[in-house]
Amino acid sequence: MTFLQLCFYFFSAVLVFAAGMVVTVRNPVKSALFLVLAFFSAACIWITLEAEFLAIVLVLVYVGAVMVLFLFVVMMLDIDLAVMRAGFTRYLPVGSVVALLLIGEIALVMISGFTSESFPAPAAHGADYSNSKELGLLIYTVYVYPFEIAAIILLVAIVAAIALTMRRRPDSKYINPSEQVKVNRDDRLRIVKMKSEPKPDQQIGGDA
Amino acid sequence: MTPLSHYLVLGAILFGISVVGIFLNRKNVVILLMSIELMLLAVNMNFVAFSRYLDDTAGQVFVFFILTVAAAEAAIGLAILIVLFRSRRTINVEELDSLKG
Repeated sequence: MTFLQLCFYFFSAVLVFAAGMVVTVRNPVKSALFLVLAFFSAACIWITLEAEFLAIVLVLVYVGAVMVLFLFVVMMLDIDLAVMRAGFTRYLPVGSVVALLLIGEIALVMISGFTSESFPAPAAHGADYSNSKELGLLIYTVYVYPFEIAAIILLVAIVAAIALTMRRRPDSKYINPSEQVKVNRDDRLRIVKMKSEPKPDQQIGGDA
Repeated sequence: MTPLSHYLVLGAILFGISVVGIFLNRKNVVILLMSIELMLLAVNMNFVAFSRYLDDTAGQVFVFFILTVAAAEAAIGLAILIVLFRSRRTINVEELDSLKG
């Protein structure tokens, strides 16, 4: 067994353990942290597959952004854990049976269909091979339209997330600049017609 | 080198675990979203493994797009979750029945 294989089995064991903890652990904060561990070991496995760019993206985007978002939300919500856990043991046997069947069937097909003879191990890339360069060449030539659609999907997600969670707070002292600029003279100023008053110093002079 | 089938079985195990997660945590929307993330990770694992063994970088481009869509999905899902919690004070799936479905 080579060092690379050892790495693969070690990180797979960590990944499966972490994934199992994500779905079984009681506290949602802990399960979010185990999901971070799962993503990190998946990134390590992807490095053994010479997909360095995606591994780094997985760590940066998933561990760095999405999981932090998850942690924020989990810590913000006040969840009643006891109610949430009700029915956990009831569905455990059914769930395990379904999952074991699923895994068994897929594994049977995979092991018999994708043997080492039909899919031999590829030769390792040379030292001058750059995974990011290869990906960039594909993304910016063949897949340039899907790439732009992906950018629009992200933009829509940003707009949707902000539009969904924004709310008007009645007690805030926020001023709308556009309303301020558009104000008329008549809204603010009232000219009152009235008779002229006698000058005060004339009155004083009259008394003297 | 590790045979391709080991990577595929690893993806299958991950997928199975996330299916169990959906069965077990039917009430907690946060864990349901995390299980869906795990499922996408399992799919991505298969894509990366096939990309390596078929020596075709296009598979990694697909993983790139799946990551994009998954990030957008997580952001919108969590935003909906927050709005839901703000109006109903709960994220229990069984209590979210105002549509009478």
